[in-house]
Amino acid sequence: MKIHIKNGRLIDPKNGVDEIQDLFISKGKILSIGTAPHEFQANRVINAQSLIVCPGLVDLSVRLREPGLEYKATLESEMRAAVAGGVTSIACPPDTDPPLDEPGLVEMLKHRAKNLNQAHVYPIGALTQGLKGERLTEMAELNDAGCVVFGQPDGLLSNLRVLMQAMRYASTFGFSVWLRPQDMTLTSDGVAHDGEVATRLGLPTIPVCAETVAISNIILLMRETGVRVHLCRIASAEGLAMIRNAKQQGLPVTCDVTINHLHLSDMDIGFFDSNCHLMPPLRGSSDRDALRHGLLDGTIDAVCSDHAPVDEDAKLLPFGQSEVGATGVELLLPLTLKWGVEMRLPLAKALARITSEPAGILGIDAGHLSIGSAADICIFDSDQYWKVTPPAILSQGKNTPFMGMELPGKIKYTLVNGQIVYEH
Amino acid sequence: MINRNPQLDENGVLQHLLTTEGLPASILLNILDTAESFVGVTERDVKKIPLLRGKSIFNLFFEPSTRTRTTFEIAAKRLSADVINLNIAVSAQSKGETLLDTVNNLSAMNADMFVVRHAQSGAAHLIAKHVRSDIHVINAGDGSHAHPTQALLDMFTIRRYKQDFRKLRVAIIGDILHSRVARSQIHALTTLGVPEVRVIAPKTLLPRMVERLGVHVYHDMVKGLKDIDVLMMLRLQNERMKGANLPSAEEYFKYYGLTPEKLSLARRDAIVMHPGPMNRGVEIDSAVADGGQSVILPQVTFGIAVRMAVMSILAGA
Repeated sequence: MKIHIKNGRLIDPKNGVDEIQDLFISKGKILSIGTAPHEFQANRVINAQSLIVCPGLVDLSVRLREPGLEYKATLESEMRAAVAGGVTSIACPPDTDPPLDEPGLVEMLKHRAKNLNQAHVYPIGALTQGLKGERLTEMAELNDAGCVVFGQPDGLLSNLRVLMQAMRYASTFGFSVWLRPQDMTLTSDGVAHDGEVATRLGLPTIPVCAETVAISNIILLMRETGVRVHLCRIASAEGLAMIRNAKQQGLPVTCDVTINHLHLSDMDIGFFDSNCHLMPPLRGSSDRDALRHGLLDGTIDAVCSDHAPVDEDAKLLPFGQSEVGATGVELLLPLTLKWGVEMRLPLAKALARITSEPAGILGIDAGHLSIGSAADICIFDSDQYWKVTPPAILSQGKNTPFMGMELPGKIKYTLVNGQIVYEH
Repeated sequence: MINRNPQLDENGVLQHLLTTEGLPASILLNILDTAESFVGVTERDVKKIPLLRGKSIFNLFFEPSTRTRTTFEIAAKRLSADVINLNIAVSAQSKGETLLDTVNNLSAMNADMFVVRHAQSGAAHLIAKHVRSDIHVINAGDGSHAHPTQALLDMFTIRRYKQDFRKLRVAIIGDILHSRVARSQIHALTTLGVPEVRVIAPKTLLPRMVERLGVHVYHDMVKGLKDIDVLMMLRLQNERMKGANLPSAEEYFKYYGLTPEKLSLARRDAIVMHPGPMNRGVEIDSAVADGGQSVILPQVTFGIAVRMAVMSILAGA
């Protein structure tokens, strides 16, 4: 299949490209940029006039809910949602049922995903068996099966000795460790940020120190073990300041923020809106503002959707009993664009946070449009606004705090390995 | 996106009573004035009026309660409504039925009003959002969030004894952190124009940024009780008496329990209130609870009139 993408505005943050250029694709790879190769006969010409052509998006946290949690969503539904959102590479956290702690499970997931022939799936291996924080997983075997990084997605292990050893073992093989900095003893039964809103609503709280204590411990353990760490889903200004400091000291640490925390604060809980029941919790508006600036100055490396489809019944409960999470993979681009517009950023800067930067964190060859690289491409209209409604969302999860909002950025085509996997 | 106050319809008329927060003073005062007219009824020989005849009121208690449920039941019966008591803590929910399924099933039995108590903050809001538009919801206590009828009967009591809200200093003493009563009291007091509301508690029993609710924070009873006209004591739950919140009931009583000595620090004509049930010797000394400044029993009596007022206003009777 030979494809000619014509007249589009090519934005490739990694290679510093932002100009109207044609793109020529053959055998799944980018063959040429600008001028047509000799005797190039396209099977398909995509007219990208007034559209943006950029690398396929890389999302660092997408729950596909397989294996085990298919009642919430299936691989089919969520992979469809991903490409509808322009996302061509996804990292999936290991908190499935059973968790991704065995090579067989990872192979099966990779195999199932591959057969669907849509986005590339990069499973995050469980750092400990059953994610219980007691015994190490076979990280090297899991790596052979397809895990590129290892993580503990649901808050920090209470047994710091096990964590230290897991970090040390991972560093033996050069694997990076992905941790969500949240101390679970300080979290206790909390469901909301410890601030004015939770005080008014009488919701059990999670203090900011649940994040900062965890970050402090992780930084100290990084020094001890020398492992590379990616901190998932930063939520507080204080936590961010600690990471900025650690980066200035040269520690090999990166971090991300979710689309939700980039735009919302605890105020959005309103009258107990369970769509805002997220983990980490939405924090105060000054935290949100700090995160928006931290993403701008590069302290935060990437934006992720933290996609977590939840079935409707699990959200139709009192706030504290409702299930945590929001659907989001289809909102990654719109909400990153919205942030970019609000911060008056050039498009390329905003797109870097969902293409080249996350690809670098994940350590994969993606997120750029170089000649000879895989033709993973997202083509969208940055000026077209669309309304978030249940039918407009392909994910099986319809739960999002952004329901009903008009957002910028409509995906027109998504290509994976030179195949058109989505077009609108 | 913050929606309009879910308690009011588009014309600002009360549809549900979920919290005292965000209600205008006129609505609170209307409830208190209506309650005044019912106090007479409760003192008559024939204690019934036909305002809610033919209406069905479901008491949905997902958490055990004797006093609150009983006063709601008496209030409804005095208005001639049919009352159905459901102790859901031991029925449907234990069979795995969800809160909204339970409510939908009961709605199908032609309920006109739900009185709801639930251990989770926000439960009454959730129900109000999902019931048929002609059904009214009264929050009888949700988690640590709100207990508006308790706060209203407290306001009624204060007005009876102190008349003008705008000249009072009020102290709320005890476990503010976990108390739905305290939150509803604070909103009602500030809405009704009380110029100084204090909260007195150790730091482990105060929520973060509580001063944003419009209160002054004290940790010391000696300072906090000075010049106070109304003392509103809170119940200390058993499970909070020792552990990570407090070391012991004894130490709590010593520093925060209301004794005659501590009461003497307030104004001489100060009144003492308590939402019940009391832990004598933990948050309050018997000599105070049964003393001349206590209005704890009148509170209970007024509670019936206030709940009658809320029900009749919601029903548009």
